[in-house]
Amino acid sequence: MTVGRALGAGLLAALVLQPLIPLGGYRQYVLHVTIQVFIWSFIGSAWSLMGRFGLVSLGHGAFLGMGAYTSVLLWNFFGVSPWLGTLAGVAAAVGIAVVIGIPCFRYQVIGHYFGLVTLAVGEVIRLLIIAERDWTAGSLGLTLKAAGGDSLWALQYANKQVFYYASLAVLLAGLWVWHRLDRSMLRSALEAIGEDETAAASVGIRVTRLKLGVTVLSAALTALGGSLYAQYITYVNPDTLSGIGVSLKIVFAVVLGGMYSLLGPLVGTALTTALAEGLRIAFGLKFLGMADTIYGFLLVVFIIFLPSGIYGSLREAFRRRASPPAPAPAVPAKTTA
Amino acid sequence: MDPIFLVEAAINGILLGGVLALLALGLNLIFGVLDVVWIAYVDLVMLCMYAVYFVVTVWGWPFWVGAVAALALGALLGVSVHVLIISPILTSAPINQLLATGGLLFFLQSFATFLWTTDHRSVRLTLPSWEVAGIFLPATRLIPFGISILAVIGLYLFLTRTYIGTAIRAVSQDREAMALMGADPRRVYLVTSAVGGLMAGLAGTLLIFQYAVHPFFGGQFGPLTFMICVLGGLGNMVGAFVASFIMSEVIAVGGVVFSTEMGYVIAFVIFIVMMFVRPGGILTKRS
Repeated sequence: MTVGRALGAGLLAALVLQPLIPLGGYRQYVLHVTIQVFIWSFIGSAWSLMGRFGLVSLGHGAFLGMGAYTSVLLWNFFGVSPWLGTLAGVAAAVGIAVVIGIPCFRYQVIGHYFGLVTLAVGEVIRLLIIAERDWTAGSLGLTLKAAGGDSLWALQYANKQVFYYASLAVLLAGLWVWHRLDRSMLRSALEAIGEDETAAASVGIRVTRLKLGVTVLSAALTALGGSLYAQYITYVNPDTLSGIGVSLKIVFAVVLGGMYSLLGPLVGTALTTALAEGLRIAFGLKFLGMADTIYGFLLVVFIIFLPSGIYGSLREAFRRRASPPAPAPAVPAKTTA
Repeated sequence: MDPIFLVEAAINGILLGGVLALLALGLNLIFGVLDVVWIAYVDLVMLCMYAVYFVVTVWGWPFWVGAVAALALGALLGVSVHVLIISPILTSAPINQLLATGGLLFFLQSFATFLWTTDHRSVRLTLPSWEVAGIFLPATRLIPFGISILAVIGLYLFLTRTYIGTAIRAVSQDREAMALMGADPRRVYLVTSAVGGLMAGLAGTLLIFQYAVHPFFGGQFGPLTFMICVLGGLGNMVGAFVASFIMSEVIAVGGVVFSTEMGYVIAFVIFIVMMFVRPGGILTKRS
């Protein structure tokens, strides 16, 4: 994997140096698009922590909305720093994950039933945000109160470069978490659970506990992503941060890129963002809906023909070419642990 | 609060329940028999509503032509979804089917936006309205309600009195055993999808009586329809029918007592709790 390592290092260097390249008038726009890609890939990675083990949640908007609204409301009404607000938001999301997770996993709500329960949870949070309109301004959305200039305490910066590096760091941290889980023993246990819960339990895997653990981790990271997004955009809206629409978009970007590989969510998010932005620039508002039409069509095609996503499939193909089919060993050689 | 408001809300709930039952009917059939979640089901209904709108309002044909067109389109869509999307991945993980039809949902919503913009379009029908003890009962709500009950009865007879209906129920009980008995499950799947699509066409025809159609119509009723199917028990027509009215009453009465959003919140919370308490549907006992 030295080639892969070198490519990864090169990509990272390019991303770190990217804001220094002079692009004239396009500078702010390029930064804006890449920041969005970073934040949404981070959220996608957080989702895929659960998704890859068969815990397909269609309600991650609940955690996203919880993270974003908690920190924004605490800042707007009580002047609490978003540093603390984000912690509170993460705690709230973890609370929801536990309250929903425990009965779900204890009563073996799995497969598309789990999907539908989480979908309902996402809707409940969206509706509650709208219903509490005295605080949240309902579906009109809420603007983050300006701190008046750059402030580390308020996490507000006029310069997009700050957010660029912050979101890049957060994304790298998310990828690191994904990688750690991928390399741990827990991964095998969780995969076993995803295949057959009863069989997994019979060999001593603590099913409920592990599933709850990965759900809590995923919820916490998603809430963090939501809070970061709110700080960057400085505006929160129940429809863009909670509910079915955003929950499905998270899922689809990941599925498109590949949910079983480290960089899948990043590739998927980059691709969907590029597609949407490209069509918007090419056709303006005249072809309203065309980007999502192509996107939806691609999704269907991908799930049928390339279930491991673009990045996942490319990687598999690359590996097959890199290592020519060796003659089958007579004795099973050491299996990958 | 004046009790008349509560009575009115309860009656509105019953009428809404008829609509929800209609939506849940076809989906429940597909859900129960194929064990596949067509997450884009209500978006198929949306297309059928557009069909009625174009035939009746834009091209000026009589309403029954629009209804026939919607039913035909519905059946065609049902078969197409099955042949093009579901059957290639019928044996892969259930979640893939859900995601594939989710992609279809995005596709249909945005393609409809692209073709017809986000304008709300309605078929203006002049139908009478009755006033009973201070409560308005419009025909635009009573007719769909009546037809939807007839459709439930019709579907019930189809499933219990015909050969193919019996085969459909047999598949929903045991997929493998059915193939061993010499019946062709593929044909059963195809017929089920066609009937499910036909029901989407019927739902579209009746919903256009009281709702304007727009590309995001599916989002308004989609999640609720799924929850009703699961709440009633998959493939359980009577259960889905009862669940429709429970949900619609909670939404209608809760909406008047608290707020519209809280009505939905209570309904969704009931769904979540019921999934833990009675995963097999409201009419079953927990084993």
